[in-house]
Amino acid sequence: MDTKNSVLRTKFFDRMCHWTMVACFFLVAMSGLSWFFPSLNWLGNVLGTPQTARILHPFLGTVVFLLLVVMFFRFVHHNLLVKTDTIWFRHVVDVLMNRHEKKLRVGKYNAGQKLLFWGIMSLISVLFFTGIVIWRAYFAVFFPIPVIRFALLAHAMAGLGLILLVVGHIYMGLWVRGSITGMLTGYVSRAWARQHHDRWYDEDVNPAPDTPVKHH
Amino acid sequence: MACSEWNDLRDEVGHNVGVYDNPADLTPETWTVIRFDEVEDESGKLEWLLRKEGCMHCEEPGCLKACPSPGAIVQFANGIVDFQSDQCIGCGYCVAGCPFDVPRISKKDNKAYKCTLCADRVAVGQEPACVKTCPTGAIAFGSKADMKQLAANRIDELKSRGHEGAGLYDPAGVGGTHVMYVLTHADTPEIYHRLPKDPYISPVVRGWKEWLKPVGALGFIVTLAASFAHYVGVGPNTTEEDEHPAAEGKELADATPVAQQGSDDERPEGRK
Repeated sequence: MDTKNSVLRTKFFDRMCHWTMVACFFLVAMSGLSWFFPSLNWLGNVLGTPQTARILHPFLGTVVFLLLVVMFFRFVHHNLLVKTDTIWFRHVVDVLMNRHEKKLRVGKYNAGQKLLFWGIMSLISVLFFTGIVIWRAYFAVFFPIPVIRFALLAHAMAGLGLILLVVGHIYMGLWVRGSITGMLTGYVSRAWARQHHDRWYDEDVNPAPDTPVKHH
Repeated sequence: MACSEWNDLRDEVGHNVGVYDNPADLTPETWTVIRFDEVEDESGKLEWLLRKEGCMHCEEPGCLKACPSPGAIVQFANGIVDFQSDQCIGCGYCVAGCPFDVPRISKKDNKAYKCTLCADRVAVGQEPACVKTCPTGAIAFGSKADMKQLAANRIDELKSRGHEGAGLYDPAGVGGTHVMYVLTHADTPEIYHRLPKDPYISPVVRGWKEWLKPVGALGFIVTLAASFAHYVGVGPNTTEEDEHPAAEGKELADATPVAQQGSDDERPEGRK
């Protein structure tokens, strides 16, 4: 890796967290969709027989939740909304239209990514806790049936919401060239960093010698 | 007993729970129980209310509404609702879907079980085992029209004996049931061991299965179509790698600080 012209954006530990979670999330999401849409029943085959899928789904979901708890604490300080995020919101159309002449003072993550972060974290929490309530083999027996009904509805809503957010997240990764490589190798080019995260580049990657370094 | 014999069920022998209810509840291996309640009417007269509890074989089954596994719960043309164990995945959604709290999940194989109305016997022209064995004619089996007629006769008889509240339990909230009761107190079915007066599929279950499903499908179509249209319309978001690695030192030395100083004053401060 030519580190002279590229910068480390995501550490090995965080990348492994991310991709392990991706693998588990894929299996959990496919099996979950297989039960929500009967016409997509075949998606459950990613986890073997329907019975095996039913057994594994909650365990893998728990793994996803735990990995996201770890990632929450490792990423949360980059994802707190700050004043400069309003600049990004005001120019969101420019961002989507590929017009990146203006410097939007974007930190390590842009405001959209921050909303995604909080969306993912809140939905996975809903999924985890409602998932416990409807986990028939171990926990559902401790909850009254009306509570289980609400948990089933909330679990399905949160699951759909999370999968749709992740579809958007995947699309953004495909659209913004260099970001998937960035998440795989950890490195992005200096030009990429300046184009997409100019404030991060100025403050953390390449702080001017006379600018006091900010610790977020 | 006949039910256990025919369906090859051998439940654990239970304990006396202080009333004549035995077994005490439906289980994966007890598909019907006789519920027993002692009730005092307004005049202080004691009544023994007995009800044979089990699957009601709803015309609109909540279990079937909730079931995620195609083929695991089926409804035959004759109205019988049956669980197909080989298709059952053991999620227990039928337990949440049922308005009567009937399905039970086995601890042995994690599958759902309930009364089949002896679908295998009915299919070959025989009555269910419980009907066959009942010595007093308290359980009858036949077409719904015939059973309604039989019930009407019985209700007339009860009314002629002073049971003014007698009536048929065939709740409309679940589209009617294929197991019906003649109750001497049809206006208060709750006194028959909490038999629901107006059972219906929970609106939460309906919302989950009837509202959220099309909304979710629409969400997928919109998300995927919008992403595709965006990519086709705007194209990839690329980065011009116009760096001259040789110039990196120069840039570090002067270009960046100058650019930063120019914008220092107007840019809002980031959060610390």
